[in-house]
Amino acid sequence: MKILIKNGHIIDPANNVDEVRDILVENGKIIKVAKMIKEAAEKTIDASAKLVLPGIVDMHVHLREPGREDKETILTGTKAAAKGGVTSVLAMPNTEPAIDSPEAISLLKAAIAKTNLANVFICAAITKGRMGKELTNILKLKKQGAIAISDDGASVDNRALFLKALKIAKEKKVLVISHCEDKSLSGSGVINLGIMSTRLGLRGISKESEYKRVERDIQLADKVGARLHIAHVSCKESVEIIAKAKKRGLNISAETAPHYFCFIDEDIFGFNTNLKVNPPLRSKDDSLAIKQGLKSGVIDVIASDHAPHTQNEKDIEFDRAEFGAIGLETELSASISQLLEAGLLDWKELVRKLSLNPARILGLDKGTLGVGRDADIVIISADKEWVIKKESIASKSTNSPFIGKKLKGLVEHTICNGEVVYKHE
Amino acid sequence: MVWTRKDLLGLEHLSKEEIKFILSTAESFKEVSKREIKKVPALRGKTVVNLFYEPSTRTRVSFEVAAKRLSADVINISAESSSIKKGEALIDTGKNIQALKADIIILRHNCSGAAVLLAQNVDLSVVNAGDGWHEHPTQALLDIFTLHEKFGRIEGLNISIVGDISHSRVARSNIWGLTKLGAKVTICAPQILIPPAIEEMGVSLTSDLDDALKNADAVNVLRMQFERDEQKAFPSQIEYFKNFGITQDRLKKAKKNILVMHPGPLNRGIEISSEVADGNHSVILEQVTNGIAVRMAVLFLVAQGREKK
Repeated sequence: MKILIKNGHIIDPANNVDEVRDILVENGKIIKVAKMIKEAAEKTIDASAKLVLPGIVDMHVHLREPGREDKETILTGTKAAAKGGVTSVLAMPNTEPAIDSPEAISLLKAAIAKTNLANVFICAAITKGRMGKELTNILKLKKQGAIAISDDGASVDNRALFLKALKIAKEKKVLVISHCEDKSLSGSGVINLGIMSTRLGLRGISKESEYKRVERDIQLADKVGARLHIAHVSCKESVEIIAKAKKRGLNISAETAPHYFCFIDEDIFGFNTNLKVNPPLRSKDDSLAIKQGLKSGVIDVIASDHAPHTQNEKDIEFDRAEFGAIGLETELSASISQLLEAGLLDWKELVRKLSLNPARILGLDKGTLGVGRDADIVIISADKEWVIKKESIASKSTNSPFIGKKLKGLVEHTICNGEVVYKHE
Repeated sequence: MVWTRKDLLGLEHLSKEEIKFILSTAESFKEVSKREIKKVPALRGKTVVNLFYEPSTRTRVSFEVAAKRLSADVINISAESSSIKKGEALIDTGKNIQALKADIIILRHNCSGAAVLLAQNVDLSVVNAGDGWHEHPTQALLDIFTLHEKFGRIEGLNISIVGDISHSRVARSNIWGLTKLGAKVTICAPQILIPPAIEEMGVSLTSDLDDALKNADAVNVLRMQFERDEQKAFPSQIEYFKNFGITQDRLKKAKKNILVMHPGPLNRGIEISSEVADGNHSVILEQVTNGIAVRMAVLFLVAQGREKK
């Protein structure tokens, strides 16, 4: 099937395009990008006054399948992705059971094959059962289809073990993604350690618990010359440590999630458990450092860390509620509202953070609108505002910190592999 | 002023006027307990539920007495003997109590924020009787009421709070209430029991007890909660008593008529000596008496506030 996207303003930093063009899509690929394409197509989308961007590549998503289908499934998760303009996701391995064997990957692949709403890529575990004791067979996991490894949700505490993982990952060319948290420091904390933990009488999570581990993991990566991706950076010190490492020429990349630049710990004054995330929302100062880190390029990627939890796990005492917030449906609008509107990033830079950079880090041929590339495209009304309503959330879970908030930038169409997978009604 | 809140969840979000209004309402209720027939019909026909997830005697009994003196019907539910033990969620418990057409829930809970959560999810009034380390507003109100009774004012008083500040909801509520009313609050505790950035709540800090007592008009002595000391930060109770225990010797260096307060229950010989607890500086039992009047005022006002909603 041919789809012709007419008169859209295309933002494609990979090809340095920032102007009105038509795009012709056929058999899942972009076959032509030009002014005034006249060819006939089965479907024409009028994108006048709209922006046309490469589909978002979200490299940090919890789809919960297998094991916690009450929170999310691959189908509901990719539905949420399509609604948010996300055409590729990296599924994290902290499922039940964890994705730590070739068998687990084949089962997961079979489930993924049933959805065409988004491309789902697999991140496998670094250690068996994500227990931090014994390495998985990284080469076999890669051969079976994993494109990255992470024990996300936990850090590999054992230095020697993590070093070994980095070594093997380097050899086998697999990306290591590090969840940086020293559990002996974060303990049973539930909120950033500081004035807010004091005011609310909640156990605090120090910033040291994050940045000391960022420091350690970078040191270890440096030791063996491995690539390393730091997940969900939340604090100023982590940004500074990553900046230094990059300056020294180390092959480090880093991501943050929209909640770290849209909210701060002070927003938890009413004990809203949808703001309970890990790492926790930090101070205003940290949030500013995250924004500056995005602007300066220290932070390469915006990823949602989409972490669905059921209402039963969130509508309870703050101490007992699960960590995590959903984010697939709001990450683009949140980034537009907080970063673009504030002049911190321009459109090209925003597309780099959301699409091009994560695609490159993951080694995917995505994140661009070049001729011959996969037709993963999102068409948005950049100036349209919308209010996030619980009832209209596509994810199976509704634990969004943005409920009731107004965001700018509305996804009109999402096209994944040449098919329209979402259309705003 | 007119009271419009259906709940009392803490003092942090109350205005100075609201706190003063509770105190003046309490003043008028204090007289009731001095009557031969200690009862007024203010809450006749209302049902008050004491919902306690933590063991408590003094607070529960105080609320129960207060509610009964207002002629309310009182029901006590404790976590030990209810479906809470079977895993019922707090919101569900609250909704069930609502379905019984009760009017006020008095909640004691081990998790900070529990009273806020409950109040957001039920239409009836919620009074926080202590949530985790967060707030214990009626305790602070009765402390402030007692101070006001003794000094005739709060503004300009120097109040020291001594003890485990980190784990103390009493400390937090006192800090909010006292600073809003213009008192100068000094916190005195071992470094490890002072939570981070507490100065931002408008208090001064010291780890030297003599320093804390020097200019104090009153000292509020917190119970050393060894059962909550997860990190075993304190090697011994004797050491604590030596450095932070309130004794007659210590008080010799303080103002002559310094008041000694304690929210109870007392750990004699740990945070306070028996001599001081039973001595003439102590207003500990007056606090208990005042607690009735303050809680009567709170129950009366939230019931009114709910009707206004």
